[in-house]
Amino acid sequence: MITRGVGRGGYWVYLVPSLVLFLAIIVVPFFMNVATSFTRWTGVGTPSWIGFDNYARLFKDERFWGSFAHNAALIVAMAIIPTAFGLILAAALFDYIGKRFGTRTASALRAAYYLPQVLPVAIAGVVWGWMLHPQYGALNQIFHLKVNWLGDPDIALATVMAVMVWFQLGYPVVIFMAGLQRVDPALHEAASIDGASWWRRFWHITIPQIRPEIYVVLLTCTIAALKVFGPIFVLTRGGPGNATMVPSYFSYLNFFEKANVGYGSAIATILALIIVVVSFLFLRVQEKGQ
Amino acid sequence: MRRYSVLFALVVLAVVMLFPFVIVTFNALKSPADYASGTPLSLPKGLYFQSIVDFWNRVDFGGKLWNSFVISATVAVAAVVLSVLNAYALGIGRVRGRLWILVLFLVGNTLPQEALVYPLYYLSKEVGLYDSKLAVILIFTVIQAAFGTYLLSAVLGQFPGEILEAAHIDGAGRWRALWRIVVPISRPTLSVLLIFFFIWTWNEFFLPLIFLISNDNQTVPVALGVLQGEKLMDATTSSASALLGIIPAVAFFLIFQRTLTRGVTVGAIK
Repeated sequence: MITRGVGRGGYWVYLVPSLVLFLAIIVVPFFMNVATSFTRWTGVGTPSWIGFDNYARLFKDERFWGSFAHNAALIVAMAIIPTAFGLILAAALFDYIGKRFGTRTASALRAAYYLPQVLPVAIAGVVWGWMLHPQYGALNQIFHLKVNWLGDPDIALATVMAVMVWFQLGYPVVIFMAGLQRVDPALHEAASIDGASWWRRFWHITIPQIRPEIYVVLLTCTIAALKVFGPIFVLTRGGPGNATMVPSYFSYLNFFEKANVGYGSAIATILALIIVVVSFLFLRVQEKGQ
Repeated sequence: MRRYSVLFALVVLAVVMLFPFVIVTFNALKSPADYASGTPLSLPKGLYFQSIVDFWNRVDFGGKLWNSFVISATVAVAAVVLSVLNAYALGIGRVRGRLWILVLFLVGNTLPQEALVYPLYYLSKEVGLYDSKLAVILIFTVIQAAFGTYLLSAVLGQFPGEILEAAHIDGAGRWRALWRIVVPISRPTLSVLLIFFFIWTWNEFFLPLIFLISNDNQTVPVALGVLQGEKLMDATTSSASALLGIIPAVAFFLIFQRTLTRGVTVGAIK
């Protein structure tokens, strides 16, 4: 029957395998997690219903608020700095280096910036964990320093931010360079004839032209920053103290180390809510901008 | 003068970005004595592969590579197949409610794994799939296929209808039309998706960390990520470990570079 007929109804069959799996692996677990967030549960035995107690506790928990403040710092490091810097780099590579030194030079530089992005983020953590090690780490040895990059609560977050800028920078450069190819060269020529400087052309022609790419990069990088777990696990485990605690690691800690499953679920639910709202807002803004 | 100063600044930045790769490689190839006698910046005096070999044997790195490969390859193929089936129904079949189904998939793909992990952990224990590659394969197949469906539905929405009508007149049913016509024509897009899914799954850390606890099942990022900072690690072992994590990732990048740079752009201007 599937193979016959011109009507539309028959196509539903093709969705069945995915919908069944999606229900079992995403939808049901998501609602189970929401339900668990209203309980006190150690992971064994029967969860006991406590209503909004976990959420009430969250709003008073300094660690929880701190973890979101660190998330905001990571949005700066993973979305805002790479986007701003990536725009300048992409424009410089595309219409300065590419035109004066050849596209091969531009491609080689782009590849160098992009290389950290190909690493699994946990491996990037392994690389930097070694580079930054207080005793035998390369950075301290090369510059004859004695800085405890990841162990000093005053600088640990800044160190993680720097590592994430290194990791993330190549992504916007690649996306923006691809976007710049769509920009009509005639616009730039006309503006140059009118005597507009490079900066003015960058600001008034380049940026508006690749606005769709800027939105996409900001959105995907912001979501990645909100979800960040691997580098924190590998580099600092949220420490020292709570200096680099983020919501994802905070929920992991409650799930698997403290057996506070209900509390962990509440953190994860809030994180999910924030991510969905942020995505929605971005898409609304993007729609208006076009 | 100014043109060279711009070039100079950009080259300096490239050096900074590549610096960790270079340092890791230098020091992974030094003997402990060689490391002790110089600085991390000095070139290795000879090629010393013993730290890498020792680390490889200690963590059974071959086994970890195999686990990562099996999981990523299975996920990539299964997720592409599911994406094609879904996109066929949504993009070409235009089933009713397709917009909502797409939104559902997209939200599912965007959700943080933290909001799913505990129920998945609990359920997998109930059904006896905890600490198995199959559990990780199933989960990532669904997550990747959710994204693939979104991307591919847009692509198949543009599929030339005349070709399908011609096939229909020739007596080909929907199932045949999918495999004989739609799939071969969309092969470039499908191969981009396949590579993306493979690499994304390879790079995953959070869920594999929780689901693959026994040594025999661990993937490369999990095995190396867990060992980072352990007492047993010294400078040359740490750099050997980092190098072993870097090599497969860079190898994929070099092999798939062309497809990937094209794909990154495809993904961006949806």
